[in-house]
Amino acid sequence: MNRPESLPQIDHGVLRFLTCGSVDDGKSTLIGRLLHDTQSILEDTLHVISNTSRKRGLDAIDLSLLTDGLIAEREQGITIDVAYRYFSTGTRKYIIADAPGHEQYTRNMVTAASTADLAIILVDARHGVLPQTRRHSVIAHRLGIGHLVVAVNKMDLCDYAQSVFEGICSDYLDFARLAGIDDVRFVPISALKGDMIVERGDHLAWHQGPTLLEILENAPAAHTEHAEPFRFPVQYVCRPRQSDDPRLHDYRGYMGRIESGEIAVGDTVTVLPGGRTTRVVAIQQGGVSLPAAIAGQSITLLLEDDIDVSRGDMIARPEALPQVSDTIAAELCWLAEKPLDARRTYLIHHTTRDVRARLTGGMETFDLVTLHHVTTDTVRMNDIARVHFRLARPIFADRYEENRATGAFIVIDEASNDTVGAGMIL
Amino acid sequence: MTTIFGASHVLSHLDWLESEAIHILREVAGQCENPALLFSGGKDSIVLLRLAEKAFRPGRFPFPLLHIDTGHNYPEVIAFRDRRVAELGERLIVRSVEDSIARGTVVLKSPNESRNRHQSVTLLEAIEEFGFDACIGGARRDEEKARAKERIFSFRDAFGQWDPKNQRPELWNLYNARVHKGEHMRVFPISNWTELDVWQYIAREGLELPSLYFAHPRAIVRKNGVLRPVTPLTPAREGETVEIVNVRFRTIGDITCTAPVESTAATVEEIIAETATMMLSERGATRLDDQTSEAAMELRKKEGYF
Repeated sequence: MNRPESLPQIDHGVLRFLTCGSVDDGKSTLIGRLLHDTQSILEDTLHVISNTSRKRGLDAIDLSLLTDGLIAEREQGITIDVAYRYFSTGTRKYIIADAPGHEQYTRNMVTAASTADLAIILVDARHGVLPQTRRHSVIAHRLGIGHLVVAVNKMDLCDYAQSVFEGICSDYLDFARLAGIDDVRFVPISALKGDMIVERGDHLAWHQGPTLLEILENAPAAHTEHAEPFRFPVQYVCRPRQSDDPRLHDYRGYMGRIESGEIAVGDTVTVLPGGRTTRVVAIQQGGVSLPAAIAGQSITLLLEDDIDVSRGDMIARPEALPQVSDTIAAELCWLAEKPLDARRTYLIHHTTRDVRARLTGGMETFDLVTLHHVTTDTVRMNDIARVHFRLARPIFADRYEENRATGAFIVIDEASNDTVGAGMIL
Repeated sequence: MTTIFGASHVLSHLDWLESEAIHILREVAGQCENPALLFSGGKDSIVLLRLAEKAFRPGRFPFPLLHIDTGHNYPEVIAFRDRRVAELGERLIVRSVEDSIARGTVVLKSPNESRNRHQSVTLLEAIEEFGFDACIGGARRDEEKARAKERIFSFRDAFGQWDPKNQRPELWNLYNARVHKGEHMRVFPISNWTELDVWQYIAREGLELPSLYFAHPRAIVRKNGVLRPVTPLTPAREGETVEIVNVRFRTIGDITCTAPVESTAATVEEIIAETATMMLSERGATRLDDQTSEAAMELRKKEGYF
């Protein structure tokens, strides 16, 4: 079968972004507007929300109803969990993580931010930069989101005044300097009226910069901005010994996804923890051999020497190995209602490796508003704290700042099997 | 393969989605002891099988295929299912709602009612019978708003229930598939795909589909803007007008609750063109069971439905 004509000629891949703001900042309306103006809302869905809007006595369609999810949420008028939405412009596919904005929901924002390449921080033009704006920005920055877009919403309620927008930009930049955030863009919008989101509209002629969608279309995707070292955590080993094909009796394929960097046939690699060095003799994907592969691809590696490799091992290049360590310092976001118990042993899941871990040394919580660390002896849900772990076996890690995939881990409570913490290696 | 390779390090959107799904399937294989993949012969599960081939060949799949048969299937779909399984040389387990009815664990209110909802009972019985700790399914978040909030690795308690307020946080690409005995995970590798992505992937990979997905003439009656196929299970009622219309199915499930849409799209390319400009969402147009109430899917999922 031929490749269809309708596949986009230019494909800028996938951009994942996160929207942060409270119910009152117009976040749901913004998402509804993006979906609506990119023609991503289908007729029957529009029909349902226009009926609901009418039932609630509204004149126009309430676009925020598009992101209204579960029964419990509708009853309480709140968002209880991260929801994912999709739209496509023909050149790029977008995945929106819609995180609730309440103060107590830091854990949801951390979850949504963990996979995002870009964050839209919503500010209400009437209220300016609030403590919550700062909290959201700091979380997005700490979670390694390279690009922040401050969207100053409800410009229609401030007569579209340029001075209001510029005042907010200046306040935000003062805070961003303190927080060490350097990649910020600003855009004045009205989600309700649709100004400067997909269309420029008539009211913000003084704004010379790009619309919100133009910013999204041009934002670099993950892994494109700087050269990263090759990291290949082994997920699964393929040994089809019982196959009818005798050529496969000695086949050993190491399956996984390239988390960063790239690899080509003939490259020298080192397998951790053993430390043996060998060469890549083949790269395969679904039975097809590739000359090379890049970050993000799920592939199978075949190595020249017969080395004992299993799930949880890491393949890297000898000249740029990750840290092999059995103690780590990390910034930990606590996600569970039950506070962190310093006496207990937890399970850490890092890349494809699970290791038991115990806390050692002191803990400091991080204040998202003052940006100060404070010594503490309890870490509760939604706290972000600096901690130290001693591990039962070493992991192969990088600093989170340098590599999100090999710098991140989750903490699992072995009694409940719940995911209770999210960690970033310092 | 990878577009723009070398020039810029960007995977095309289909390569990105494919890679993510393969990674998820391999995590199931790496973390779970006894998983199964749900295969119905529908387009989403056909995509899952191709992804499983890409994830595990030249090895065998590290899981059997499982079909929960409502007994209300189009015969073409069952024939397709069996042919595809034979080509792959993998193991298929079929468990049927009919058997649950005979056992008395499914009680019908009327003999010809939709068995879509009753699949949950048979599925949970199969999970218990084989001790599966994970079931891989082809659900997507763009299908429905309860799905939009579900995790890729979605925990089910000992009663098979989904609790939307108590889901495990899912961060980065680090999945936690740990369960106690009797509990299980539902895993959705194509969570982040839209209907258009699925069709574009079917085209790119040249995947074969049951003929029902392509435009064909069929006897239908029109009811509240939805086309109801006229079949022995769903005969025309008195006063209804039977028409022969060119239709195709966008989703395939239980005969009594899956409706076709009017279409002349006879090839995958034509379906893609139609999907790109489609004005009705997939479930809205074609699933008679989701129209019952705005929250129908959420309620069924809480009971153990896929």
